[in-house]
Amino acid sequence: MKKVSVSFTLNGDPVTAEVPVTWSLLKTLREYFELNGAKKGCGVGECGACTVIVDGDAVSSCLYPIPEIEGRSVTTIEGIASAEGELHPLQKAFIENNGVQCGYCTSGMLMSAKSLLDQNPDPTEDEIRTSIAGNFCRCTGYIQIVEAIGMAAETIK
Amino acid sequence: MIDYDYKKPESLKEVFSLLKEYGPKATLIAGGTDVMVKIRNTKKAPEVLISLRGLKDLRYIRKNNGYHIGALTTHRMLEQSDLVQTELSALHDGASEVGSVQIRNVATVGGNICNAAPSADTSGPLLALDATVVLEGPEGRRSVPIADFFTGTYRTVRKADEVLIEFQIPAETESFGSAYWKHSRRKAMELPLLGISVALKLSENKEISDARISLTVAAPTPIRAYKAEEFLKGKPLDDDVLREAGKIASSRDCCSLRDSLRCAAWYREKIIQVFVPRMARLAAERIRN
Ligand SMILES: Cc1cc2nc3c(=O)[nH]c(=O)nc-3n(C[C@H](O)[C@H](O)[C@H](O)COP(=O)(O)OP(=O)(O)OC[C@H]3O[C@@H](n4cnc5c(N)ncnc54)[C@H](O)[C@@H]3O)c2cc1C
Ligand code: FES
Ligand code: FES
Repeated sequence: MKKVSVSFTLNGDPVTAEVPVTWSLLKTLREYFELNGAKKGCGVGECGACTVIVDGDAVSSCLYPIPEIEGRSVTTIEGIASAEGELHPLQKAFIENNGVQCGYCTSGMLMSAKSLLDQNPDPTEDEIRTSIAGNFCRCTGYIQIVEAIGMAAETIK
Repeated sequence: MIDYDYKKPESLKEVFSLLKEYGPKATLIAGGTDVMVKIRNTKKAPEVLISLRGLKDLRYIRKNNGYHIGALTTHRMLEQSDLVQTELSALHDGASEVGSVQIRNVATVGGNICNAAPSADTSGPLLALDATVVLEGPEGRRSVPIADFFTGTYRTVRKADEVLIEFQIPAETESFGSAYWKHSRRKAMELPLLGISVALKLSENKEISDARISLTVAAPTPIRAYKAEEFLKGKPLDDDVLREAGKIASSRDCCSLRDSLRCAAWYREKIIQVFVPRMARLAAERIRN
């Protein structure tokens, strides 16, 4: 199988990966970089467990062809706490408000929420709900997650 | 084992020469949200994927002698455009309803139309807005009214060596109001059971001077309900008139409703009858002066 070499920015650091050309961004993150925060649920864009941020926008990394990542900037759940290890306000709010149960959806939820708050620091509840409409959670019932995102927005302000 | 090569041309000229080189072994890919899913689901891939994402100058929304929307424009760009929201409202309704933010950030309007699913959320709005599809091949450009673009489920008039370049929407659309209703069971991440778009224009005495109605999932391709449009012209915008237009749109004169696993034909018929009037009202409210 043909391989491709791609150079991009991963959580702030310049990196290069040499992987099969058919790999997705998700597979590259998990199997080449061993960053296992982004999860595989459906593998076809429907569940949001694999959500990461590419050039500021939340995307499903399972559908993202790795050759397209050349020159771009990727942020994963591993990259949102501060360098000293202090959790991001969204992470703190999810913990405080019980936005996490089994945790499988959580990193995707956090990345969708982070992309929202980066682009729109003062979202309405509707905007929060739209931003995570592509993230399935089978445990929490969503309420605590929506509240946690609102709380984090307040903190960041 | 899924195997393919992935080409990243940076100009249309390069795209054409790759298409010529690989012919039927190649598939074009834009956002990839249909192409990659199909590869995963069927476990079959073309020999080569030719990416259009390098054609950066095909991402635009412009108003200049009518409206121009580049084929590589994402649904997210349409959703976030004030121009689209206020002047091409039905398209805004449709694009904002595609999948999730994660999908809309990469999926393109050109891909939605070239894929030609009977449920495509921008197809109905583009029909109601009377869009023209501009295709370019090695021999040059040609324009096709979107009403003639779809030839069957997942089939279009696009030739294998042509690339969709842009959608053009006539300048007179400025005086229309328009709206799209995606009828589905959930609020998000759903394909429509039925889609209804209406665009209309009123005369000074509040008569309907022009109207376009389109339906998705009501036939093998997205369609215009011409008979219902004709009926509306010259009539007042009132409940009886709109109810009758809904009836005509849901009849065999306009569509071919089917029972499917997802929805029964009789229900689809009722939905058309209820939502043609509602979308007509909403379209009329959205007319700007
Ligand atoms: C989870 C999920 C949810 C979805 N929800 C919806 C939804 O709610 N509503 C809806 O309508 N769709 C939905 N879709 C389908 C899909 O996202 C859309 O059809 C999208 O607009 C396709 O665009 P793309 O750029 O990703 O196309 P691609 O997958 O890249 O291409 C689609 C087809 O068009 C061809 N093509 C693309 N661009 C061009 C061009 N410029 N010239 C010639 N040929 C071209 C390709 O060869 C391919 O055959 C969903 C998909 C997923 C995965
Ligand atoms: S694994 Fe990517 S959306 Fe489900
Ligand atoms: S916490 Fe279990 S899926 Fe969301």
